[in-house]
Amino acid sequence: MTHSWYENTARGRIEAFLDAGSFEEFLPPQERVASPHLRQLGTPAAFDDGVIVGRGAVGGRRVLLVAQEGAFMGGAVGEVHGAKIVGLLERALDERPDAVLLLVESGGVRLHEANAGLIAISEIMRAVLRLRGAGVPVLVLDGGQYGCFGGMGIVSRLCDAVIISEEGRLGLSGPEVIETTCGVEEFDASDRALVWRTVGGKHRYLLGEAAALVPDSIEAFREATLGLMDIKPDLSLEALEAEHARLEDRIARFGACPDATDIWTRLGIENPTTLPLLETADFLAATDGKRA
Amino acid sequence: METLEFEYRGGRTALTRNKPVLSGVLGSGNLEVLVEPADLGGACQIIVETAAVGFGETWRAVLDDVFARWPVADVRISINDAGATPAVVSLRLDQALKAYTGGAS
Repeated sequence: MTHSWYENTARGRIEAFLDAGSFEEFLPPQERVASPHLRQLGTPAAFDDGVIVGRGAVGGRRVLLVAQEGAFMGGAVGEVHGAKIVGLLERALDERPDAVLLLVESGGVRLHEANAGLIAISEIMRAVLRLRGAGVPVLVLDGGQYGCFGGMGIVSRLCDAVIISEEGRLGLSGPEVIETTCGVEEFDASDRALVWRTVGGKHRYLLGEAAALVPDSIEAFREATLGLMDIKPDLSLEALEAEHARLEDRIARFGACPDATDIWTRLGIENPTTLPLLETADFLAATDGKRA
Repeated sequence: METLEFEYRGGRTALTRNKPVLSGVLGSGNLEVLVEPADLGGACQIIVETAAVGFGETWRAVLDDVFARWPVADVRISINDAGATPAVVSLRLDQALKAYTGGAS
């Protein structure tokens, strides 16, 4: 039996993802480390502020992990939510686990406590970079119902690798934000096919932003995580400059494309309009060696 | 937002102190239920924080039924609610109390 990543809650994902019985939660719900701001605004505040942090094992390897719960305020990062993530990342500097895993599901900063949330995002970014500099791999797992946008989208791309499912989405401004600010002619957020081929997992994988594309199962995410846990990124200045050059080249190649399918055509993929319909294994075969 | 408190007596105390259990997510139309052991002199205390104001009697009716099914003692049940319907509340509490007690009502 496989377990859907997309359909599960954050706690359900942790339960099925980690080695049985290995999870130890820091600041569990009974500690009631909740948002002080939401109560002042007359909104019930979740006992865990929408994020679970703790320690566990994957295939016997030691990990520290963060899991955001999208169903609580879209997984948005408030003051406490952010502080729990920063605290976990800083703890990893001391504990030196085999990897830190971010099970992301977030619309970005929680607007009810926006200043605190923005500061938290900047602290998370700094903590991720320090960890990477110290040689602890930081991996992102993205496949939840709410996707990964805003500040957490930026954080994800600062990490060593993103593992994404077709259902996963990754971006800066989410579809509704683009439609609201630029108009429905620019981007129709209710057009699900458009949304997924623009910010969905398959496109993110083809553009090279995600290191691995997996089917929507917790077991597949687990397997991909084990495969990437010993990643040794080149963090030299030369590597950074090469990445900047690659991104400039990407704009030059695809900047004028009005739709993702135009990019897929330029990548030399046959029958690009069929890509969204393919199962993960068939998709990977059809696009083999043709990523940007 | 409204905070409601209920207390029930006459339940049975578990022989062992069980671990806290959290069920559900505080999403729209849903609720989260935290069940913990507590020294309450044999009482079961239920504290509800709800976004929907003015439904105290409905909560009492639902919780009376839940306590009839799960007569627990020395237990604190804390609920955060974002407008769940009575049926959802009832099912979520069954789920939480089943996990807390190990299934023995």
